[in-house]
Amino acid sequence: MPVAPDPSDRFSQFAHPERLVSTDWLQERLGDPGLVIAESDEDVLLYETGHIPGAVKIDWHTDLNDPVERDFLDGQSLAKLLGEKGISPDTTIVLYGDKSNWWAAYALWVLTLFGHKDVRLLDGGRAKWISEGRELTIDPTRPATAEYPVLERNDESNRAWRSDVLAHLGSPLVDVRSPEEYSGERTEIPGYPAEGALRAGHIPSAQSVPWARAAEEDGTFKSRSALEAIYQTEKGLKPNDSVITYCRIGERSSHSWFVLKYLLGFEDVRNYDGSWTEWGSSVGVPIILGTEPGAVPEKWRRN
Amino acid sequence: MAPQLNEVPARLAEIREEFLEMDPSDRLLLLLDYSNALPELPDRLSQHPGLLEQVVECQSSVFLLAEVDEDQKVRLFATAPAEAPTTRGFASILVQGLDGLEVGEVLAIPEDFPQSLGLTALVSPLRIRGMTAMLGRTKRQVREQLES
Repeated sequence: MPVAPDPSDRFSQFAHPERLVSTDWLQERLGDPGLVIAESDEDVLLYETGHIPGAVKIDWHTDLNDPVERDFLDGQSLAKLLGEKGISPDTTIVLYGDKSNWWAAYALWVLTLFGHKDVRLLDGGRAKWISEGRELTIDPTRPATAEYPVLERNDESNRAWRSDVLAHLGSPLVDVRSPEEYSGERTEIPGYPAEGALRAGHIPSAQSVPWARAAEEDGTFKSRSALEAIYQTEKGLKPNDSVITYCRIGERSSHSWFVLKYLLGFEDVRNYDGSWTEWGSSVGVPIILGTEPGAVPEKWRRN
Repeated sequence: MAPQLNEVPARLAEIREEFLEMDPSDRLLLLLDYSNALPELPDRLSQHPGLLEQVVECQSSVFLLAEVDEDQKVRLFATAPAEAPTTRGFASILVQGLDGLEVGEVLAIPEDFPQSLGLTALVSPLRIRGMTAMLGRTKRQVREQLES
């Protein structure tokens, strides 16, 4: 049975408060049999240096990506992975990680593609847990293996492919990269040049909202009114718009996808994980340079 | 005797053997041991962090400095935050494997040494590139000091 949601007042303002849990809530439920805590970090060894007691590790790259093709793991591999982590279809999964939950949000998005029902984020992630002086352990977690069925990934509702983006041009796009990447001054996030693309700039008409604007200093999400002021008032997005988010490989934009879908309640949000590393290296797709969103060129206008 | 081109110095070769002899599932823990064993910076550097060069190819803030001493031996210093244990581990392997070597030995280390540790699939090719960048910057710093 899924675990009852965190009833914190802080979360009740959001469209889907059941998608967030607080550190207090989690602390009280360590060891709860219906709950599996999973850590997803940028650094593949960070979990080993200390993790929340009982938490398992899900690495975004070595666990969730196919080792050969540029795509996610298939249903069979996911069933094996989750089964080994002690997760069954009715398990409540709470994800947390470093970097204000970038990678935890990415893991949550991938699990959503497979239709896992109850997957939540620990608001504030790993840094908040540590800053509050809560316990970490280096003891390995050895969960009892669970049965997870082979599910087919369904990309339709939450994932955009390059062809979907081309067909979407003219409808709202949100570019969550740094201002320098958006304007085309550089193809890579400062500090991540290994994942460059051949061309720099952004997708025509995409609005620039760097992902971190949705987070407070301590890594927790901003209030609903603060988020509405950014995405709705400032950028003019409407909750019934069809929106596609993108970044460089789809991880920062998973964070913004989470914000739009679950905190603001947008009905149709898809994450384009091909993102700039695909678009910026694709032949014949339109690109805009500079700080303005720019217009969709005539030949690409569909909407 | 001058070192052969593209020869892995003995100490680095030993570190590589240490990784390759392990079961792949244990290699990450060995990398964590290296991470924990990254030597502290000497005072003269920890108080003047501007002397070190940032390795911008790494996903976290890692800084390194290679010095050539009067005996033409290389001294290598590096620092990386505790929140970046993989990067710290890579830096530690290089510091422990290179520090004190002859200039020629350091310059002869193959550029693809990081790919030969048996870690690429475990940490992802993306992450191993940070170590390649550290090695490249170390060699460049050594070359610059020979030229000056």
